[in-house]
Amino acid sequence: MFLTDEEKAMRDGAEGEAVAVAMDLLIRYGDALQAERLVDTRNVAGTMTQPSPAKRALFEEGGWAKAYAVINLDYDGELEIPRMKVPTCQLQHGFGPDAAGLTSYSPQSIELQGSAESYYSERGVNILATCTPYQVGNLPVRNEHVAWMESSAVVYCNSVLGARTNCEGGASTGAASLTGKIPYWGNHLPENRFATHLLQADVPIDTFQEWGMFGYFVGEEVQEARPAVIGEFGQPDLADLKHFGAATATSGGVELYHIPGITPEAPSLEAAFGGGIPPEPVRYGQREREWVYETLNAQGTSTDVDFVLLGCPHASLDQVARIAHLLEGRSLHEGTELWVMTPGALRTMADRNGYTRTITKAGGRVLTDSCPAMSKAAPPGTRVFATDSAKQAHYLPAILGIEAWFGTLDECIDAAVTGKWRGGLS
Amino acid sequence: MTAGGSVGAPAPLLELRGRGIVPGVVEAEALVTHDPISGFGGIDVATGTVIEPRHELFGVCFTGKVLVFPGAKGSSGWSGFFQSTRLMGTAPAAMVFNVLTTKAVLGAIVTRVPTVVEAAPDPLDRIRTGDLVRVDGDSGVITVIRSAASGTLPE
Repeated sequence: MFLTDEEKAMRDGAEGEAVAVAMDLLIRYGDALQAERLVDTRNVAGTMTQPSPAKRALFEEGGWAKAYAVINLDYDGELEIPRMKVPTCQLQHGFGPDAAGLTSYSPQSIELQGSAESYYSERGVNILATCTPYQVGNLPVRNEHVAWMESSAVVYCNSVLGARTNCEGGASTGAASLTGKIPYWGNHLPENRFATHLLQADVPIDTFQEWGMFGYFVGEEVQEARPAVIGEFGQPDLADLKHFGAATATSGGVELYHIPGITPEAPSLEAAFGGGIPPEPVRYGQREREWVYETLNAQGTSTDVDFVLLGCPHASLDQVARIAHLLEGRSLHEGTELWVMTPGALRTMADRNGYTRTITKAGGRVLTDSCPAMSKAAPPGTRVFATDSAKQAHYLPAILGIEAWFGTLDECIDAAVTGKWRGGLS
Repeated sequence: MTAGGSVGAPAPLLELRGRGIVPGVVEAEALVTHDPISGFGGIDVATGTVIEPRHELFGVCFTGKVLVFPGAKGSSGWSGFFQSTRLMGTAPAAMVFNVLTTKAVLGAIVTRVPTVVEAAPDPLDRIRTGDLVRVDGDSGVITVIRSAASGTLPE
């Protein structure tokens, strides 16, 4: 891989040992990818504070510097960790203090995460603590090269914002934070951003649920490829595309999609394919729609719902407002819990607007930082959960061994209030 | 982990040539799957087993095996999950895959096990679970030393 004089100097220690170690990792990574060079970035979204047994052991052995060296830089020696060279944020992590005591999630992990937050925020890491950094202050612009983790954020960043990132990991973002560099490979190259597959919806895609189901089908169909999608679409909003992208990155590994006329790199269908002739479309009709619905609902038999989870990926302020509106003057069924996951910054706005109060008064909770899948914990005794998120419905049964129902927000609120699942495909 | 191919070893049955991306040489039994592997929600790092319900290797342990798979899928935590298998002593002995993604490449690097990518003929067609395999991450050569079936050349 070609290195500039500046990059060679960083590798050789001109900016200190931690930067040299970071550059060494980027070189090993770039060489393995056969990247031609590195590219500058001033926007890194990674993870450092999420507790794990391996991280705890490293912390106990040598503090956070040791944990960062091994996990975020793949280096076993002693290092001092300097201030991050470029703007860096922490994505979602484990449950925070607001979830203490609600599940079997250990108080020691909450404490450990707090300690990590102090250490990393002193080094310039913004603790956004969400899978949706683009909702709370980290909004890259079109064509900006960034280094992000979190598959649902990566696909939103590439597709909806038109910024450029690969699906990075804990070590590559750790090295990017200290160097402001990432391999120029994959989605960073303009020629790798055109659509490879065409999918056509023959049923209307005009609600949050329809966008999520269609996304789940698209991901299953194209796996790691780059789809363009056409059909009878209503105008999607942020929450719809957040749900759609997360679903494509759940059943498959989509990092970039195009919706001609809506997403920025596809003013037209032809533009999505770089001027080439689009292939014959794969059709998404009533049969395919039913297949998705049945697949996401094949993980439930009991209709007694004891947990409702909303906000995957983390809810927008508008979603929180809608939930509050639906719960106005109602009370949750005894023995059924309802959680709304949202970024901390939006929780502050929800508090200010009275949404939190309405949801809490009904018996629900507005929580931040994490989700049951990330933290591997749900309310004690949960056997059956319901959600409006295709992603959470896919992951949580495997992670917690519980049953799942997937439906609309109205159906989820109904389940929370009655304790019964009465959903069905309209 | 020691280099294989000692004096007196039987002649190799088959050689597959690719590109080594993580150095080192190891000999171990192969574990082969045609399904891509997920990190988050796909493996349990404490036991080194695949936990995704619909996966071909559901419930199977990959610790100490040459993991032969198409590539990575799912969450960006892939590399972190496989790095954790290294830290917890449950990692595979080597990795062989042909679909190059940032997830799988970074994952192989931080798992620190000999890794060969883009090998031909296709490892998924030529290597069987239980074959004794040598993975040379320096030269990019994968050698089937002993067939699981009968010691004959894999079809």
